[in-house]
Amino acid sequence: MGMTMSEKILARAAKLSTVKAGQIVMAKVDKAMMDDLLGPRVEIADQMERLGAKIWDPERVIIISDHYTPPATAAQADIVKYTRDWSKAKGIKNYYEFIGPCHQIMIEKGHTLPGEVIVGTDSHSCSYGAVGAFATGIGSTEMLGVLMMGEIWLKVPETIRVKWKGQLAKGVMAKDLSLHTIKHIGHAGATYKTVEYVGAGIAALPMDERICIANMAVEMGAKAGLMEYDEVTAAYLKEIGVTASFTALKSDPNANFVADLEFDASTLVPQIACPHEVDNVTDIGNVKQKIEQAYLGSCTGGRYTDLKIAAEILKGRKVAEGIRLLVSAASASIYQQCLRDGIIADLAEAGAIILPATCGACLGLHSGTIGAGETCISATNRNFIGRMGSKKSFVYLGSPATVAASAITGEITDPREFL
Amino acid sequence: MSLLEGKAWKYGDNINTDIISPAAYMEFSIAEAAPHTMSPIDETFGKEYRPGDIFVAGHNLGSGSSRETAPLVLKELGVGVIIAKSYARIFYRNCINVGILTIECQETDKISKGDVLAVDYEQGIIFNKTTGEQYVAGPIPAHIAKLVAQGGLIPYLEHWQAAQQG
Repeated sequence: MGMTMSEKILARAAKLSTVKAGQIVMAKVDKAMMDDLLGPRVEIADQMERLGAKIWDPERVIIISDHYTPPATAAQADIVKYTRDWSKAKGIKNYYEFIGPCHQIMIEKGHTLPGEVIVGTDSHSCSYGAVGAFATGIGSTEMLGVLMMGEIWLKVPETIRVKWKGQLAKGVMAKDLSLHTIKHIGHAGATYKTVEYVGAGIAALPMDERICIANMAVEMGAKAGLMEYDEVTAAYLKEIGVTASFTALKSDPNANFVADLEFDASTLVPQIACPHEVDNVTDIGNVKQKIEQAYLGSCTGGRYTDLKIAAEILKGRKVAEGIRLLVSAASASIYQQCLRDGIIADLAEAGAIILPATCGACLGLHSGTIGAGETCISATNRNFIGRMGSKKSFVYLGSPATVAASAITGEITDPREFL
Repeated sequence: MSLLEGKAWKYGDNINTDIISPAAYMEFSIAEAAPHTMSPIDETFGKEYRPGDIFVAGHNLGSGSSRETAPLVLKELGVGVIIAKSYARIFYRNCINVGILTIECQETDKISKGDVLAVDYEQGIIFNKTTGEQYVAGPIPAHIAKLVAQGGLIPYLEHWQAAQQG
């Protein structure tokens, strides 16, 4: 019996020749990521101080202030300052702030490599599976253990293999593919498991789009969402200037998968996740819903490909009267690229409000929270009750293209009408 | 035999961590945030929960965000044991790490708010003193039991640290 990609990566990290799903291993951690929301200030700093503990390897620790940047309140500013000061005091060279959601920063700054084991204090750390890393979200106390020991106990997960054949049609995006997968697996259907995406439909996607899919693996309860290293991965890593060596690992053809699902990307239509669960997904044609806000951004839906297609849809058109379209690129460098390419101008001229790169509104912290009775179509990852603000508000999840099209009409709209 | 006894607070499926610990209160201290625990669906929980009461839920408890503030506000209010049909994995680990006992039981539909429960987690039995029923609780995996016995991850790390220095 061969091994899955997860088994191979964890075997390597545990210095074992083979491991099997279900086995508990102590895995060496290659990178540990903390954010401002759940990083040092939650248990970690106080407990390290109390224990007089040292960080096992500051070079492998990356800290990113992204949720509370730019701060909306003095309390938020205090948290960012605390995170910054602590990082400095601990000799963390890889500290970033105000330049966008941690997962995009981790990937574009070259901190995530194929074959690595990476843990982060944010649940969407599974994003790094897009480059072939085994990455998962952990709690703050768990992170304290990683910072001290440089390793973590993990139960080797079983793998659900999801094959997408065919290629997405114009106006249908990775977000739609992701939501459709979640609809079938269910919001807890992959709990404790890895979801490994394969097939021509995945291979055809640029890294931007792959990250969107891996990012949402946790919305099925998954421990990791993985994709094989291929030419697209290689080209991307080269483009961002990665020179470090790594060992890309792939599932063996005779590995054991607990489930094999197959979908056809070529017949997929835009998908919408209705309130208040991410697996409450339906074809866009089934949704008739007026909106007050359209949100394009986050670690799920604020990349270059996302803003580009939104600009293509909005160029020469206008955001509907009384509707606000908020745009927050997933990183400062994406924002700058979009500026250079005229994408930001197209969006702004159509009436979009351009925000800094931040986690902000996605989880209702600042910069676009919504009030009681308001409805938002969002390119983000969660539509839980109260997620973006009032517990009496409603969040529908869709692709960046759907967000742009909906901003034009003021109701949830199939983007293919504008392409 | 160690029995944990308390009054049940009963919820359904998919109680995510945005519900347990709403983001709006995360910039406050755990003590300040605790009264707002569960507020998106139940304003009374954070104010009327009494230490020793037992938190009961259905499937997929603690899904979503990795925020450890969810188990921390529960712990702050005095939650020592949780009974649910199933858990989201990060929340499950976080509970164990901060010292909250998480018990799996498929029969939580039979439990109502206010029922007095007595939990024998070593034997895997939950007694409902209000209804007279008895439920089966799933076994706690050995590696988890070891962590719980030590009181969570921090005592484990203290032990590890002492061994390194010794």
